[in-house]
Amino acid sequence: MSEFFSMNGHGAYVWSAYGITLAVLILNAWLARAKLLAALQRARELANQAEVPRKQPTVRRLQ
Amino acid sequence: MKLPRWFHQLGSPPYVYRLAERLCPWLGGLGILLLAVGGFWGLVIAPPDYQQGESARILYIHPQTAYIGMMAYVVMAVAAGVGYVWRLKIAHAVAVSAAPIGAWFTFCALFTGAVWGRPTWGTYWQWGDPRIMFEALLLFLFLGYLALRGAFDERDKADRVTAILAVVGVVNVPIVHYSVEWWNSLHQTSTLLSEGGPAMTTDMLIPFLIMFAAFTLTFYWLLLRRLQAEIVEREGDARWIRELVAEGAR
Repeated sequence: MSEFFSMNGHGAYVWSAYGITLAVLILNAWLARAKLLAALQRARELANQAEVPRKQPTVRRLQ
Repeated sequence: MKLPRWFHQLGSPPYVYRLAERLCPWLGGLGILLLAVGGFWGLVIAPPDYQQGESARILYIHPQTAYIGMMAYVVMAVAAGVGYVWRLKIAHAVAVSAAPIGAWFTFCALFTGAVWGRPTWGTYWQWGDPRIMFEALLLFLFLGYLALRGAFDERDKADRVTAILAVVGVVNVPIVHYSVEWWNSLHQTSTLLSEGGPAMTTDMLIPFLIMFAAFTLTFYWLLLRRLQAEIVEREGDARWIRELVAEGAR
């Protein structure tokens, strides 16, 4: 098993390459999700504000 | 020329949002599955290279991440160009979404290349090497694009100005690709696209290609998730967004 991890002395190179790439993938998945959740949260706040009755438009609609 | 209906629908934010919502579980699920399969295959099952030994296992992530970085740039440049010419909001949203993902994958390509270079070339980094320099330029184009966006308060203005940078910078993509053929580089030429077919055995080629598919699916998964966020931010208090959040979207 330790032979597998040492990879004939190349372990540090191979495992750091795979490790960093995996970390970047996880980070990107988290960033994308966090961005979407934040955007939806802001939209929710905006929608709640909109429920407060606004001043009626002063220009009358065309019949 | 009459364009099909689905083509016009791709300009509609609610349509694209819902399409992304449907596609994401498949892209993400399949992408992660293939990453696991290809990663295990490359690290455990595939044989070591007869010259490079075990360090050759970086073959299953380095060209793939480099390819995704370049593809992300092309997606960004085409989307930005379409957004600029036809003033299509959704196209600008695609361009903005592709940039950070492309930057991260290009960083991965540079990092995996450096740790592969040490055991095979004897150095992590070689200043002046064409492939390394143009790949680094690709990273700086992504970062420059994002920094330039940050300099504008108005989103429309940012979209239009950064689109020019994105489109002009696309000339760098073929330069990165052909740099190993045009100039003398430490970097080898393509293993997959070499004359007379891929220059590797089948037991290496299979995980090599699986990882290409895996990273591609993962890229589009991330892109669509970011695009959804970008759409919600840009649409503000549009009626369909209000209905969406009232439905209890996550």
